[in-house]
Amino acid sequence: MNKPTDLKGLVLDPVTNDQRYIGNSEPRHGARRLLEGQGTYIDDIQLPRMGHVVFWRSPVAHMKINKIHTEQASKMPGVLAVVDGLQMAKICKPWVATLGHLAGMKSAPQHALAVDRACWQGEPVVAVVAETRVQAEDALQLVDVEWEELPAVISMESALDPETPLIHPELGDNLCFTRSLDVGNVDQVFASADVVAEATFGFGRHTGVTLEPRCQIADYNPGERRLTVYHSQQAPHMMQDLYCRQFGFSESDVHVICKDVGGSFGIKVHAYPDDFATVGLSMMLERPVKFVADRLESFTSDIHAREHRIKGRIAANKAGDILAFEIDDLTGIGPYSMFPRTSAIEGNQVVNLVGGPYKHQNYRAHLNVVFQNKTPTCQYRGVGHPIACAVTEGLVDLAAQKLQMDPLEFRKRNVIPDDAYPCSGISGIKLEVLSHEQCLRTIEKMMDYPALRKEQAELRKKGIYRGIGFATLIELTNPSPAFYGVGGARIASQDGASVRLDPSGVVSVLVGVGEQGQGTEGIYAQIAADAVGVSINQVRIVTGDTDVTPYGGGTWASRGAGVGGEAVLLACQALQENILKLAGAILNRPVSELSVHRSHVLDKATGEQLLPFSEIGRIGYFRTDTLPAGFSADLMVTRHYTQKDYPFIFTNGVQASYVEVDPDTGFVKLLKHWAVEDCGRVINPMLVNEQVRGAIVQGIGGALFEECLYDDSGLLRNGSMADYLVPMANEMPDIEVAHVETPTQSSKLGAKGAGEAGTAGAPGAVQNAINDALVPFNATVFEQPITSEKILRALKKI
Amino acid sequence: MNLKKKISLTVNGTLVNAEIEPRRHLVDFLREDLHLKGPHLGCEQGACGACTVKVDGQIIRGCLYLAVQADGCVVETVEGLTKSGVLADLQESFMRHNAMQCGFCSSGMLLAAAELVEKQPKANREEVREWISGNYCRCTGYHSIVDAIVDVLDARAKGQKIKPVTAHA
Ligand code: FES
Ligand code: FES
Repeated sequence: MNKPTDLKGLVLDPVTNDQRYIGNSEPRHGARRLLEGQGTYIDDIQLPRMGHVVFWRSPVAHMKINKIHTEQASKMPGVLAVVDGLQMAKICKPWVATLGHLAGMKSAPQHALAVDRACWQGEPVVAVVAETRVQAEDALQLVDVEWEELPAVISMESALDPETPLIHPELGDNLCFTRSLDVGNVDQVFASADVVAEATFGFGRHTGVTLEPRCQIADYNPGERRLTVYHSQQAPHMMQDLYCRQFGFSESDVHVICKDVGGSFGIKVHAYPDDFATVGLSMMLERPVKFVADRLESFTSDIHAREHRIKGRIAANKAGDILAFEIDDLTGIGPYSMFPRTSAIEGNQVVNLVGGPYKHQNYRAHLNVVFQNKTPTCQYRGVGHPIACAVTEGLVDLAAQKLQMDPLEFRKRNVIPDDAYPCSGISGIKLEVLSHEQCLRTIEKMMDYPALRKEQAELRKKGIYRGIGFATLIELTNPSPAFYGVGGARIASQDGASVRLDPSGVVSVLVGVGEQGQGTEGIYAQIAADAVGVSINQVRIVTGDTDVTPYGGGTWASRGAGVGGEAVLLACQALQENILKLAGAILNRPVSELSVHRSHVLDKATGEQLLPFSEIGRIGYFRTDTLPAGFSADLMVTRHYTQKDYPFIFTNGVQASYVEVDPDTGFVKLLKHWAVEDCGRVINPMLVNEQVRGAIVQGIGGALFEECLYDDSGLLRNGSMADYLVPMANEMPDIEVAHVETPTQSSKLGAKGAGEAGTAGAPGAVQNAINDALVPFNATVFEQPITSEKILRALKKI
Repeated sequence: MNLKKKISLTVNGTLVNAEIEPRRHLVDFLREDLHLKGPHLGCEQGACGACTVKVDGQIIRGCLYLAVQADGCVVETVEGLTKSGVLADLQESFMRHNAMQCGFCSSGMLLAAAELVEKQPKANREEVREWISGNYCRCTGYHSIVDAIVDVLDARAKGQKIKPVTAHA
C-alpha cells in the first residue's frame, strides 16, 4: 500500500512565487458535505408543482409502431400528460449525429420519442407525466401500444451482408463510418519479417453504471419564456446549446445547472432522447418535470461502449525490433450515432492509437463502424484507448514470446525514446513529449520485477500459475478544437475562469469545468490559492451553472486540469496583478516596488506588510472615491485557455498486473496492480492516485466481468446490477501508483490529463498477465471479459 | 378505499408520525417525505448499498425495506449519525484518504464501515475488503476506502482518535 506522496519541490520548478498547494496531497475540503449526506444530487431537488416522467420504452429490438392508446393512462390519478412521438416532434426537432471531419460518416434522424419505429430495446416511445412518480408508473401500465416486430440486426459481423435487412433504408447500407490507413510498406514487411504473430481480439459491450443514474429536472417558465434545466451532466454549456438548437431558444433563454453529479465517466456527456423529451414535456405542461432513470432504464438506455472485434498482427525482426502492426476493426454502435459527439469516434481512436507507444514505421488499419438494433454506443471513459492498448500490448507480448525475449525488455527496446520528442506517431498523431523509458524503469523498480519473476517460476513448479502482464499506453488529453470544433460539433475546447477578490479578501473562482468527483474543484482551489496568494480556505469555487460561469467545454477527454486548470491559473495571476495595481494607486507607489504574500501586499524590498487584501477589497469596492480619477480597480478578471499547439497533449504511462489463474476452475485472482503515470505537472498527487485507481478498476471491470449480454433477438439479458457484474472491493487488488512528471510546454501549468489512462491500460495489463499465467498450457485468451469459462475453453477443459 | 397505514417511528432522534401506503419503501419515505438527502438510490434492488440506513441499530437496505416495517423503530441515517458524532472518525479518515469521489456511495459505505468497526475491530485489509463488498463504488477503485477504514481500526486499537482534517495554512 502506498501513501499519497508529496511531490512538491522534488521535480518541477514552481509555477507561482509562493507555491504551497500545487503539488501537494491537499484534501478536498468541498467534499466534506458529501460525507455528511449533504450533497445535492438531482433527485434531492424538489420544485413546487413538479411532475415526474416515466417512459414506455420499446420492449423489443426493432418494431413498427402502429397505434398508441393513451386514454386509459390519461385518466389515472395524478396524470398530467401522456405524450407520443408525433406530439413531441412538433416542438423538438430531430437530430443527426455526424461530424464533418469524419469523411463519409452517416446516421439517420433521431427523435426525442420514437416516431413510427423504435430501433432498440429501451428506446423511449411514450412519455407519461404525473404528479408523483408512483402515479406515473401506475399509469404507465395502461399505456397500450400496438406494434409489430421488425427484423433486427443484432450481430455486427453480419450487419453488412447483402441479405441483412437495412435499419435505415434511406442510408443505403448499415455502415456508419469506415476508415483505412496505410503507412509504410506493410505487406512487404510482413512477408519478410523474422517473426509474425497474430490474434483476434474480442471486446464485450459494456456500460458506465454510474451509481447515480442519469437524471434531470426541466423547468420551463412561461412568464419568462425561459428554460432552466438541473442536470446530472458533464458539459452544461453543450446542453444549453443543444436545447437552444432543438427547441429554438437563444442561449440567454436557457439555463443549465449541474450540482453534485454522482459519477459520470462519459455516460453523462451525451444528449439522450430522454433529455429532450423531459424538456419538451416541461414546455408543454409549463411546469417542472423530473426524470430519473431507474436501473433497468440505465442498462438499456445509457450509452454502451466497446463492442469490437479486431484482427491484429505484428511483425518483428530477430534483433527484437517491432517492424509493423496491422489491424482490422469491426465495431457495432446501435441504430443511431449518438448526439452530438458521434459514435464513430471510438473506432477512430482505435485506428489512431494502435501501436502508438512504439517506434515502428509500418502500419495498416481498417475500420468498419456498423449499425445494429442494440442500445447506442458512444464515448465511455477512455474512448477507444482500452481497446487499442489491449490489442497492441497483446500483440507485443505474442511477438516477445516468439522471440523468447522478456516482455519488459522488449518494450524498453521498442518504445519511442524519451529524447525523440516532439515527433509524430505512425498513425499521424502528434506527440509533444512522453516518458516511456522512464516509466518502464520506474515500474520495474516499483514491482521488483526480477524478484517477482523468480517467485512466479518457483510457484509454477508447485503447480501455482501466476502471470505478470504489462501495458504501455498513451492517452490523449487536453484536446484542441481539432477534435470536435473542426467537425462542426458545437462543443467548446476552450474553457474559462472568472476570479474575483471579494471585499473581505476571499477569492471566488467561477470555472466552466465542473465537478463529478474527480476533485476538479479541489485542484482549482489549490491553483487559485497559490496564484492569487491566499490560503486555500480563503478560496471559493463555483462551477456547473451556465448563467454564471465562463463558457466552456466541461468534462471530457481529461481536460479538467490541463485546460480548466490553466484558465484558473491565468485568471488568478491576472487578478494578482490587478491587486498590485490597486495597491500602487492606494499607496501612491510604483507597482514594481510591491509584491503579494499570503493575503497581503508587501514592500518588495523590506518585506514589510503594507495592506491586507481585506483593505484592498474595502477601498476597491467602497471607497473608489479615494482613488485617482480614471483608475478602475478591476477586482474581477476572466481568462480563457485553449490548447492550440497540438491536436492533443498525450499523457503516457505503464501498468503491470500480477494474477493467479486456477487451471481447474478458470478462476482469476488479481494479486496486485502497479501503475506509473506521467500526466505532466501533478497538482494533487492524492487525487491523481485516486483517479488512476478508480479508472484501473473500471478497466478491470471490462477485462474480467462486465458485459451487456444480448439474446439472439436483441434483448438485453442482464439489465440489473445483480446480473451485470461490476468490480466489488473483495475482488480488487491493491493498486500502487507512481508518477513521472514531464510537463507540457503548451501551458504555464504544464498539466496533462489523468482521468482515463487507468482505464486505458488495465485491460491490456490484466489480459497479458492471464496469458502469461497460461504459458505452460500453451493457451491464450483474447476475448474480453475474460471469464472463467473462456479460460477453461482455452485450456480445452470444456 | 384508503389503504394507507399509520406509522410512528424515530428518525435521527425525532419522533415522526405518518400515514403512508404500505408499498412505500423506507428509503422513499425518508427521502421524499422527510426530505433527507443522505441515503441514495442506486439500484432499488438491494445490489448497490447506496440506500443503507440503520434500523434499530442494524444496517439495512432502505430500498428493500418497507416503511411500514419500521413502525415503532429507531431509524438513523448518515445525517443523524453525523450529528451525534458516531461517524466522525470515519468521516475524517475518508477525507484524509480521499476515500470518496462523487460521494454517491459514501453514506452507505460509511454506515457499512461503522458497523465493521463496531463488530470486527480486528479486521485486516482483506476482511475490510470483504466486508464492504456489498457496497458498490464506481469511482474510487476501493483502495482508498480500505486505507481509510484500516486507519480507523488501527487508531481505535491504539485508543486514539483520528485528527480532524484542516486546510494547511
Ligand atoms: S438502492 Fe438499495 S441497494 Fe441499491
Ligand atoms: S464515490 Fe462515486 S460511487 Fe463511490
